[in-house]
Amino acid sequence: MRFVIDVFSVAAIGGGVFFFLAGTVGLLRFPDPLSRLHALTKADNLGLGLVVLGLLPRTESLLGALELVAVWALVQLAGATAAQLIGRAVRRQGPAA
Amino acid sequence: MSVLAALDIGLALLVFAVAAWTVFAPGAFAATVGYVVYGLLLSLVWIRLFAVDVALTEAAIGGGVTGVLLIGAAARLRQAEMTTVGEAPSGVTRLFAACLCVLVAAALAGVVLLLPDQGPTLAPQAMERLPETGLGNPVTAVLIAYRSFDTVLEKVVLVLAVVGVWSLAADRYWGGAPGEARAERPEPTLAFFAQMLAPIGIVVGVHIFWVGADEPGGAFQGGAILAAMWIILMMARLTEAPQTNAFWLRLALIAGPAVFLAAGVAGVAVAGGFFAYPSGLAKPIILFIEAFMVLSIAVTLPMLVAGPPRREPRR
Repeated sequence: MRFVIDVFSVAAIGGGVFFFLAGTVGLLRFPDPLSRLHALTKADNLGLGLVVLGLLPRTESLLGALELVAVWALVQLAGATAAQLIGRAVRRQGPAA
Repeated sequence: MSVLAALDIGLALLVFAVAAWTVFAPGAFAATVGYVVYGLLLSLVWIRLFAVDVALTEAAIGGGVTGVLLIGAAARLRQAEMTTVGEAPSGVTRLFAACLCVLVAAALAGVVLLLPDQGPTLAPQAMERLPETGLGNPVTAVLIAYRSFDTVLEKVVLVLAVVGVWSLAADRYWGGAPGEARAERPEPTLAFFAQMLAPIGIVVGVHIFWVGADEPGGAFQGGAILAAMWIILMMARLTEAPQTNAFWLRLALIAGPAVFLAAGVAGVAVAGGFFAYPSGLAKPIILFIEAFMVLSIAVTLPMLVAGPPRREPRR
């Protein structure tokens, strides 16, 4: 059982790290602000989500697990809002900005 | 080298890089963004140093509230920045400023390197007398019990800062409301965010204040989170800043320092010393003082962000 949980954690956190890496590469390499935002939201969403998923079986209590999920949900909310606001500013000023 | 040590070195290098970027960033806005990132990274450093209380304060004040203040300042200065491009300081002035900065940094680094390996510490004494305060968090004990006079003065400084900001108002706006008026149709994205976040943030802020007696947290961090919720509601223009001549506002601003000072003076009569708490009652008194401090901080910081009054007072 221990082994299964370890494999699950490593796989999920590894997947999360991959999305963070991909998001960072996208942020640095994509040509315009909107696609850079697109790359960034993947890191927030899937990257952090998979890391949290991998950590869930390792929490000591149900409350700890809920805290992790709450952190992920709040980052989702903040990230989505920031992305919307930046996207709108880009649209208003034109993509060259 | 262990993984944690490698992470610490990486974090330190990152802090250094972001600090350098903040200094060399083109324009005030970019520098401000760099500064906010720097504050958030610093709070990670404090966590690695096992100073969670400091980390919370750094994230809330260093990254959050100061960041908002600086972004507001940068936005206001943007116009001036564009028109004064030709008036940048001359090479000699820059060289002089750079030399001064290097000198200060070198002096600070020298002092830090010259510190004895085992620095003088009052931590054992602080922990020894902790049970007498009834608290579990030594940081709260230092702030509200051992060094309470310092903490009172810090809060008075905050009130003075608000007075200073308000004094920048034009005469006809004195007593009026600062910031933007409440909008008929608030910006939908930000309004949604504020409506979702504010209830959670208020619970978290009160919780952080309440657990501060025994665990990392406290009046300042909790108050700062509550303040952030009010700031974000004002930014979304779901609500507007109150008139600065409102009696309740002024009462809330001074409630923290006033109650704190009153408790200190009462200590002379009851417990035989300025800021002495009667034994056995220390914890309830400390929490009582902290509750009013939370209120004052939660009102002071948004008023600093809102800025000087910009509308005529309604009669």
